[in-house]
Amino acid sequence: MTYTSEGGHGAVPTAGVPTGAAPGAVGTDWPLYEVFIRSKRGLNHVHVGSVHAPDAEMALRHARDVYTRRNEGVSIWVVASADITASSPEEKDPFFSPSADKVYRHPTFYSIPDDVPHM
Amino acid sequence: MTVTDADLQEAFEAVIGRDQRVEPRDWMPDGYRKTMIRQIAQHAHSEIIGMQPEGAWITRSPSLRRKAILLAKVQDEAGHGMYLYSAAETLGADRADLTVKLIDRRQKYSSIFNYPALTYADVGVIGWLVDGAAICNQVPLCRSSFGPYARAMIRICKEESFHQRQGYELLVTMMAGTDEQRAMVQDAVDRWWWPSLMMFGPPDEDSPNTAQSMAWGIKRHTNDELRQRFVDMTVPQAEALGVTLPDEALRWNPERQGYDFATPDWEEFKRVVAGHGPCNSERLARRRAAWEDGAWVREAATAHAAKRRDHRGPGR
Repeated sequence: MTYTSEGGHGAVPTAGVPTGAAPGAVGTDWPLYEVFIRSKRGLNHVHVGSVHAPDAEMALRHARDVYTRRNEGVSIWVVASADITASSPEEKDPFFSPSADKVYRHPTFYSIPDDVPHM
Repeated sequence: MTVTDADLQEAFEAVIGRDQRVEPRDWMPDGYRKTMIRQIAQHAHSEIIGMQPEGAWITRSPSLRRKAILLAKVQDEAGHGMYLYSAAETLGADRADLTVKLIDRRQKYSSIFNYPALTYADVGVIGWLVDGAAICNQVPLCRSSFGPYARAMIRICKEESFHQRQGYELLVTMMAGTDEQRAMVQDAVDRWWWPSLMMFGPPDEDSPNTAQSMAWGIKRHTNDELRQRFVDMTVPQAEALGVTLPDEALRWNPERQGYDFATPDWEEFKRVVAGHGPCNSERLARRRAAWEDGAWVREAATAHAAKRRDHRGPGR
């Protein structure tokens, strides 16, 4: 058996450990919700992780218990993970290329005489 | 233009090479994905099982202050497990499936949690030594190449500092108490010192996966480097506390600028990880009972949510 120090509490066996993903194999787990937290007034909500819950209301409570034990937030959003539509990493280049070749959208594109103030 | 596996591999390696983070929906080699699922899942299991040795003392805390602290600490361990299961799920793992793999003994957890916590001094020593060793392991993991894992580790490390300090403070308090209390602390140190050193894993020459893990940026220091760092940090803390670390070979080596120390009993380590430690059966039985006894709650909450959805009708 091979042991490796991996993960925070160190050495665990690494040979013969199954890692196959088997979603749904264990009956009815609660749906997954993504959690977003506003850490203080004036800042955006930021994604922090996910929780399982039977519905959105319980997801909020679980998110509070898991992600805000030390005043990390003043507001929480939860959204069912299945409801998120994301851009695909494979299409990253074509998807974002319309902005890549428009350097004139950046202020540094323009040369202004050095002696012009406040610009 | 078709994207070949070689292109994908090259893009992946370029991300690692620039010390950037790999994110869940990126292409990654199968071995990397499997290694990350295994590492994060077994780390999560360790946090969850790690609630048990100290959790048993919550109802027997010596004061309300200590009880509130211990309760918060054990709750943190649960939270750490949740952050990590969340990270594992970004790779396509399923949380309930991981729990079943744990209680079916197909995935493991750290050997350290198979030792018993015999007295309240153990609560202090676990915070000081076990969480201290965990911090040594975890701080470099904040720079893991896998983004969700690195972010979970940053959160965890912030909280571990409280764990270690509450443990050390508890021991300082006991050392200022009676002879009997001081003897309890020394006894707990004697029992936890070697298992703590084993947390860093086998010596580097017996750790065949280290090179691949370092190349992937998911391990930043070797087992022996981290063990040495832990010993060097801990010896002055032991002196300040007034306890003796149970190793006659322990002495400062001015040439190496580090402490020399004896070799842990690796045969014991293998026995404990393989399932023959003092508490393996008890820990897993407890986890299985919690999972099975909680099944009706999970089902009832699902049924309640479905009923409320039906009452609201379509479109809420």
